[in-house]
Amino acid sequence: MDVKKINELFSKELKVINMGLDSFADNLRKEEVEVLHMGWKPPAGGSKRLIALLEKLDR
Amino acid sequence: MRANIEEVNQEAVSRIQRAKPELIDVSIAGETIPGMKRNMILHAGPPVTWENMCGPMKGAVIGGLILEGLAKNRQEAEALAASGDILFEPCHHHSSVGPMAGVVTWSMPVWVVENKTFGNRAYCTLNEGLGKVLRYGAFSDQVLARLRWMAEDLAPALKKAISRHGPIDMKSLIAQALQMGDEGHNRNRAGTSLFIREIAPDLVMLDESREQIARILTFIHGNDHFFLNLSMPSCKCTVDAAASLEGSSVVTTMARNGTEFGIRVSGLGDRWFTGPAGIVEGLYLAGFSAKDAARDIGDSVITETAGIGGFAMAAAPAIVKFVGGSASDAIRYTRQMYEITVAENDAYRIPTLDFRGTPTGIDLLRVVETGILPAINTGIAHKEPGIGMVGAGLVHPPENCFHDALEAFAKRYGE
Repeated sequence: MDVKKINELFSKELKVINMGLDSFADNLRKEEVEVLHMGWKPPAGGSKRLIALLEKLDR
Repeated sequence: MRANIEEVNQEAVSRIQRAKPELIDVSIAGETIPGMKRNMILHAGPPVTWENMCGPMKGAVIGGLILEGLAKNRQEAEALAASGDILFEPCHHHSSVGPMAGVVTWSMPVWVVENKTFGNRAYCTLNEGLGKVLRYGAFSDQVLARLRWMAEDLAPALKKAISRHGPIDMKSLIAQALQMGDEGHNRNRAGTSLFIREIAPDLVMLDESREQIARILTFIHGNDHFFLNLSMPSCKCTVDAAASLEGSSVVTTMARNGTEFGIRVSGLGDRWFTGPAGIVEGLYLAGFSAKDAARDIGDSVITETAGIGGFAMAAAPAIVKFVGGSASDAIRYTRQMYEITVAENDAYRIPTLDFRGTPTGIDLLRVVETGILPAINTGIAHKEPGIGMVGAGLVHPPENCFHDALEAFAKRYGE
């Protein structure tokens, strides 16, 4: 595995977009890494009942 | 199906955008509010019985009954309220809105605002000020004396001044107030100032004594929330024009009675969907804390429903000194509300967002899809009757009322 490019990436200043758990972004901020957190949640909070109701209306 | 919903929602929001609320009169509730009766008390939020009313609403009902001469004291008023002889109905069932407890009785003066485009009207009492006031559940002699002065002196003078002035363009006043740092719900300092500027030239030309005119202007000047009771009926007659549109998922009512939070959806007519009223997070007046607070209460969330209030907080960064949070929070709340609304307002614009229109027309389907709940700022009443205001803060509706409304909407339009 060529790790050279990965090492190159981490030797530069990182600009990170975090999608998912807030804590991933928080950890990077603690390390003083610039991070843009994208607020993302699964549709309808992942509720199968609500997703089914929304799909009914998409027909 | 979704395409049709989008289309009807565009029509709903177009009606909101085309609405032209104008202040046309000050009248007496019993003489002007449709369906009002002498033994009827209107209240904020969805329907609620006397037994289930929260403390501040009970306090306001007690005060209202004493004010009407139907009871001499708290004990008599409580007995009458529990007797079944008094009819309790939501303001919203009578084209009206009331801040906090929202109590309206027969002889109270009300603003009359007409939506010139569609001809429908909305009504709201006059604002008493902050602190120990009826709408926060206080009913002391001082509170009742102020209400009597408002009915006997303030309202008749304002009625004459408005008659002299002619209809006042509320849409224009609200739009200007947003440019000046208000959001029309809990910051109304600019709106109140603009209203004084509008009405003062006609007020001073009346036959009332100089002392009387000075007292009226001083009273309005001393109450930054005076304009709230004008922005609310303006928003009410605006959103009512979008109600009951077959197939629309636009939310046309949000309101709380201190016990429950309720919403109504355009395509589902007059049906309420309710959940427990929330706990407000905010700042407290000296001597009070969260343990004193009543739950979320009032019809003033009609402002958010129409695209101002919490939805326009980016226009009013100074509001955070009243409701808590930071100026960047205020901008974040507004930005988030674009995710759950159908359009950007073409009249109400936000200077700090490059004059972007406020997020307007809450879409039930987007609320459920995104899980983002409407952002509301609000006053906080003491949980016991008779005390009054204890603070102000931020609150969200309970999500179950949106889930239940979606279920009903899918049942009706998804088959």
